[in-house]
Amino acid sequence: MISNALPQSLVDNPLLSQWIAFTEPGRVRVGSGKVEIGQGILTALTQIAAEELDVRPDQINLVSGQTDISPAEGFTSGSYSVAVGGASIRLVCAEVRSLFLDRAAEALHCPAHELTIEDGRVLRAGKDTGCDYWSMAGAIELERRASGTAPVKRPSTYKVVGKHLPRLDLPAKVAGTGFIHDIAPENVMHSRVLRQPWRGAHLAALDENAVRKAAKAPIDILREGEFVAFTSNSEIAVMRAAEAARTVARWEGGTPPPDTAGTPAWLKTQVSRDKTTDIGKPGCASPGRAVEASYSRPFLTYGSIATSCALAEYTGGELKVWSHTQGPAVLRDWLAQALGLPAAQVTVHHRQGAGAYGHNTADDAAFDASFIAMRHPGRMVRVQWPREDEFAAAPISPAMSIKLRAVLDADNKPADWSIELWSPPHAQRPGMNGNSNLLGAEALPNFPPQKELKDVPDERGGGATRNAVPIYDLPNHRMIHHLLPKVPMRTSSLRGLGAWANVFAIESFVDELAEAAGIDPVTYRLSLLSDPRPRRVLETAARMSGWFEQGPLGEGRARGFGFARYKNLASFAAVVVEIEVEEEIRLRKFWCAADAGLVIAPDGARNQLEGGIIQGASFAMREQVRFEDGRSAIRSWEDYPILRFSDIPEIEIELIDNPDEPTLGLGEASIGPTGAAIGNALARALGKRIRDLPLTRDRIMATLLAE
Amino acid sequence: MTEIYKFIVNGRSISVDTDGTTPLLSVLREDLSLRGSKFGCGAEQCGACMVLIDGKPECACSREVAAVAGRTVTTVEGLSDNGALHPLQSALLDEQAGQCGYCLSGILISAAALLASNPDPSRPEIIAALDPHLCRCGIHNRVIRAVQKAGAAMAGARR
Repeated sequence: MISNALPQSLVDNPLLSQWIAFTEPGRVRVGSGKVEIGQGILTALTQIAAEELDVRPDQINLVSGQTDISPAEGFTSGSYSVAVGGASIRLVCAEVRSLFLDRAAEALHCPAHELTIEDGRVLRAGKDTGCDYWSMAGAIELERRASGTAPVKRPSTYKVVGKHLPRLDLPAKVAGTGFIHDIAPENVMHSRVLRQPWRGAHLAALDENAVRKAAKAPIDILREGEFVAFTSNSEIAVMRAAEAARTVARWEGGTPPPDTAGTPAWLKTQVSRDKTTDIGKPGCASPGRAVEASYSRPFLTYGSIATSCALAEYTGGELKVWSHTQGPAVLRDWLAQALGLPAAQVTVHHRQGAGAYGHNTADDAAFDASFIAMRHPGRMVRVQWPREDEFAAAPISPAMSIKLRAVLDADNKPADWSIELWSPPHAQRPGMNGNSNLLGAEALPNFPPQKELKDVPDERGGGATRNAVPIYDLPNHRMIHHLLPKVPMRTSSLRGLGAWANVFAIESFVDELAEAAGIDPVTYRLSLLSDPRPRRVLETAARMSGWFEQGPLGEGRARGFGFARYKNLASFAAVVVEIEVEEEIRLRKFWCAADAGLVIAPDGARNQLEGGIIQGASFAMREQVRFEDGRSAIRSWEDYPILRFSDIPEIEIELIDNPDEPTLGLGEASIGPTGAAIGNALARALGKRIRDLPLTRDRIMATLLAE
Repeated sequence: MTEIYKFIVNGRSISVDTDGTTPLLSVLREDLSLRGSKFGCGAEQCGACMVLIDGKPECACSREVAAVAGRTVTTVEGLSDNGALHPLQSALLDEQAGQCGYCLSGILISAAALLASNPDPSRPEIIAALDPHLCRCGIHNRVIRAVQKAGAAMAGARR
């Protein structure tokens, strides 16, 4: 059943007119605060709106992330967009359709149930009545609160939702257009900002003459506090200036991180705020066989193929900003706060960038452009980050250390289970914890003292604690969470947040328990799952891959299994991988089964699951942010290798058909299970387990040589 | 010091007055308003800026404009023919081979060069041709299928 309770987006934007308008003949303007970050959300939301309104998808004009006219829906993150943003659009469109049908029934003197709508025209017994959305729009007041009570369509009657609709944004993209980077206003002022190499760094010296000389064209240099910006009519001039400045700038003070930052030992020496959460009565199980293991993950970065870009113009006290932010309305509020402007005088227009796999530098670039624009009223300012900064000055995803312990009963099932986590916070987007969290603002004089950092609350899925509680049948569970709020680097959200490491650790540990019990790992998991829904996902992945039928694969080859329900409330995904190991892992094939409830855009869902598998495999095998000389050692793709075409095997996906269950967020579901499956396959291939990510050639060689 | 550099871009004779060390990508995007080729890394490591120079895929981000004087450059804008999509562009759409799409214009260039010399490439041949390109969304398998499909479509059209 699709719930009729008001989703948060509709609570925050209660008027129908905030969502929908019939101003252009034949077209429907539908607003959304959710934005396209490469995941296909605009297409899925268009499908939902077209379905409930009985119009064709090409009649929908989806206006996304324009703070002056779109609803404010927080951030596009956490796999909430279809589940919350889509649910709001569904209810609004159903209610609008029902209002128009009632009005048409009145005008035509017939019962509303005799009327249908096709392409926005009202039909009676299949014949045009002359009424349509546009002819009636003037007579129907949409400036009224959504009740959320209008009947929505039954999934069995869907004509657009759940069917294939090609991505609406792809035609532009295959032509090489449609990105914020390509907006080129007349007389634009190009700019680049010199970044502090670590937090609190003071610019002791900058040879401005050397910078000007390197630019080879006239540039202006703007300096306030530690904020330094180069501006020019020529983009290449400011690119050269920024590159030269990075080389000649001398920095001192602040809090440069040590080279050991991110190791489990370093994490455990950090200031910590601790919390214990018990389910059942942990520690009360009868004594049995205890198994214990520790796992870790390094700092990671999102590694988008584009660098961040923003434009801003400040005219007559009004600031207009173009950004690929994930939260246009939040960015508007916090730009206003950081720049000392009333929020009503700031407008943020979302424009598409490259994929956002987590908190990237889009908001920081928007601040840069806005701050510089306010120093050059009337000029359009464009900023695009250099690749070095896109790596080294970006928020990073926290390193984590995870200790698991289980006491097994006589049937080898966990009678007692505990997890202990050490992790910096996983979210510092603009506005979180009451801080602006805009990098450029930190460099300015009089930067306000920062409020204490917290992690994502558990009711939002948690940060470090995301997926820290397995969904297996466990009588007793204890979680000890050591939040490390004072680490010297800017840590924030990356696809999956803590789930990435927790699913890797838990699913590795379950394999270790199965091995200790001498039971097949999938059979063992099924013995811990009484709920038929996740069981079906596991069984489907096992069937697809021939898990139970597959005999030994030969020297150095093995398969591994991983499973999770993202956040324990979004989609279920099980992944099987086959690998070959010599000195490093060679991926041979992936199989993935997922249950996402009602799927709006089936091909989009598959695309997200495939992408998650490849990104998860890349995290697991290659990726790690390191520190050197007090700063990030990652400045180019050579420092941060990701999987390439030659690393990627074929992937088979099966979506379990479950249209009568609510839509579950899916964008992050396959990542964790992929890492776990690779770790488990590697352990089987080597006969020895590597518990620290990434599973690199160096670690594999060290493990092989240790024997 | 600026100088006049002449070359051919997408079949058009171009002359630009610029410093010869200016990257070709900069000239394409800023001076010629051809913004299909993207800036990704500026160090020939990601392939987002790939263009054809005399038919061969090259990164435009660190190629100096002086080095292309007198040569022929093709960008993604030059692949389509009077608004009609190149078979590779159609195949990418057929396979829905895109998420964010930022890497696609560069990938199209390398794939077009591959199909020009090898109309029926195998999976390993496609992988070898596209390996200089990074994609972070994970559309690799879809792209490979699209290249195979485009190759078949182009062979069909020639028959």
